[in-house]
Amino acid sequence: MPDGDPIIEIHNLDKFFGDFQALSDISLTVSSGERVVICGPSGSGKSTLIRCINRLEEHSAGELSVDGIKLNDETRNIRAVRMEVGMVFQQFNLFPHLTVLENLTVGPIRVRKLSKSQAEERARQYLERVHIPEQAEKYPAQLSGGQQQRVAIARSLCMEPRIMLFDEPTSALDPEMINEVLDVMVELASTGMTMVCVTHEMGFARKVADTMVFMEEGRIVETAPPATFFSNPSSERCRMFLDQILEH
Amino acid sequence: MLGQILNLVRSRPASVALYLIIVYLIARLSLTGAEAMGYNWQWYRIPDYLYRLTDDGFQWGEIAIGLVTTIELSVTSFVFATALGLCLALLRLSGLLVGTAVAVAYLEFIRNMPLLVLLYLIYYVLGPIFGLNRYSASVLCLAIYHSALISEIFRAGINAVGIGQWEAAKSIGMSTGQCYRFVILPQSVKFMLPPLTGEAVHLIKSSAIVSVIAVAELTTVGRNLISDTYMSFEIWFTVAAVYMVVTLILSVGVTRLERRYAVKT
Ligand SMILES: Nc1ncnc2c1ncn2[C@@H]1O[C@H](COP(=O)(O)OP(=O)(O)OP(=O)(O)O)[C@@H](O)[C@H]1O
Ligand SMILES: [Mg+2]
Repeated sequence: MPDGDPIIEIHNLDKFFGDFQALSDISLTVSSGERVVICGPSGSGKSTLIRCINRLEEHSAGELSVDGIKLNDETRNIRAVRMEVGMVFQQFNLFPHLTVLENLTVGPIRVRKLSKSQAEERARQYLERVHIPEQAEKYPAQLSGGQQQRVAIARSLCMEPRIMLFDEPTSALDPEMINEVLDVMVELASTGMTMVCVTHEMGFARKVADTMVFMEEGRIVETAPPATFFSNPSSERCRMFLDQILEH
Repeated sequence: MLGQILNLVRSRPASVALYLIIVYLIARLSLTGAEAMGYNWQWYRIPDYLYRLTDDGFQWGEIAIGLVTTIELSVTSFVFATALGLCLALLRLSGLLVGTAVAVAYLEFIRNMPLLVLLYLIYYVLGPIFGLNRYSASVLCLAIYHSALISEIFRAGINAVGIGQWEAAKSIGMSTGQCYRFVILPQSVKFMLPPLTGEAVHLIKSSAIVSVIAVAELTTVGRNLISDTYMSFEIWFTVAAVYMVVTLILSVGVTRLERRYAVKT
């Protein structure tokens, strides 16, 4: 369970793409160790919200701080935050020209300034954690989708972040590979990592989430613990959305 | 090489036939033309200008020495052109208004300037001011001229790498410079190699222009030999063939390299 110290603080956040408002008045606090699962219909701004947390998108108004560091135009702050926040993408985004091991060590060596041997030791340790220690010398293209996504998770973990962001990590995967990735995420949750996941895997959400967030049209419509969220959502829209995705 | 030619013949018999007919006609025309002029062919003297075996031993001939200068000049210019081209491309992609403006102005300036005029400008105007000799003026001219085209190749190559790579690199805390160095540029190489080879071939050919300020490269050597020997047909054919051999070797070499690189990833 979360120990209470707020680690991500979002106050009245707005995000515009030109004239289009993708996020409206978002406020959300995530405590250290908390697992938040965000869901909502396509285009509701889920990706935009978590991409604001590591500044892949720049917010237009409001305040956002991560681990006490305020996100603004200061390049130094942005990089400090990115070192504390790992991100896993829907499309994996592994570096195709580097081997699995190099994918895992390039950040620690270049950004954290670890020695090569330290970085490799750490990389092998995290490959073990995602259950593919034997693939270290391969190139990403030689791996299955599920394996690639687990490498991507390990790549983020090698930076030893305090927070992990997941943007639909399983929705580009074939059904038979979804579980191997979710298992790794459940294990990660059990280590006490702070996690913010955008996903429609409700089984996973029930298992690990401390807080469920439902978004629609750029707003947070409902925030609740999973027990209440699944059995008794307060908004009609949320209920309809759940009915829809739990049907199959 | 032979295999490639055979494949070509098989795949496009008509165009190959046309090509052969044209080559035959040109050869035929020049031969009969030369005959009509009473031209005295002296092909047997040509090897002497490539290399000589004298009592002192082996010696390179004038054409070989000129070729070395051409290669030296081209390599140096290409290195500078590449460095300059990369800077220009990065400046243009920097997102800074000033950077983009400077890069675009430079590109337009170069693109609308004949190479020969640029050479004169550098040698006769900048030369005396900055104390440039013939050789450095030539290097500077070729580097500047080709940097414009090379910067476009870099820009296209960099843009060909997906946005996801940028995002992954940034999300592990890399600075923009580190993103370029460790993630983006290494992947751009495979997009840039073919057009860069084309540009290198182009540069070798345009290096002939520095013969107008008498840098002793291949074309200048050819001209000097002709004024000594009057064998204009043989010498120009030889010089043309030498350029062709060099550029063909370059193209084939890079194709090999590309194939090796492609297997790796
Ligand atoms: N770079 C952009 N430029 C313009 N509009 C954008 C951009 N990125 C997102 N949007 C718009 O913002 C809205 C929210 O997009 P976002 O990707 O955050 O939705 P999402 O909830 O993640 O949807 P999905 O489930 O399809 O991934 C969408 O209407 C989208 O079209
Ligand atoms: Mg999304």
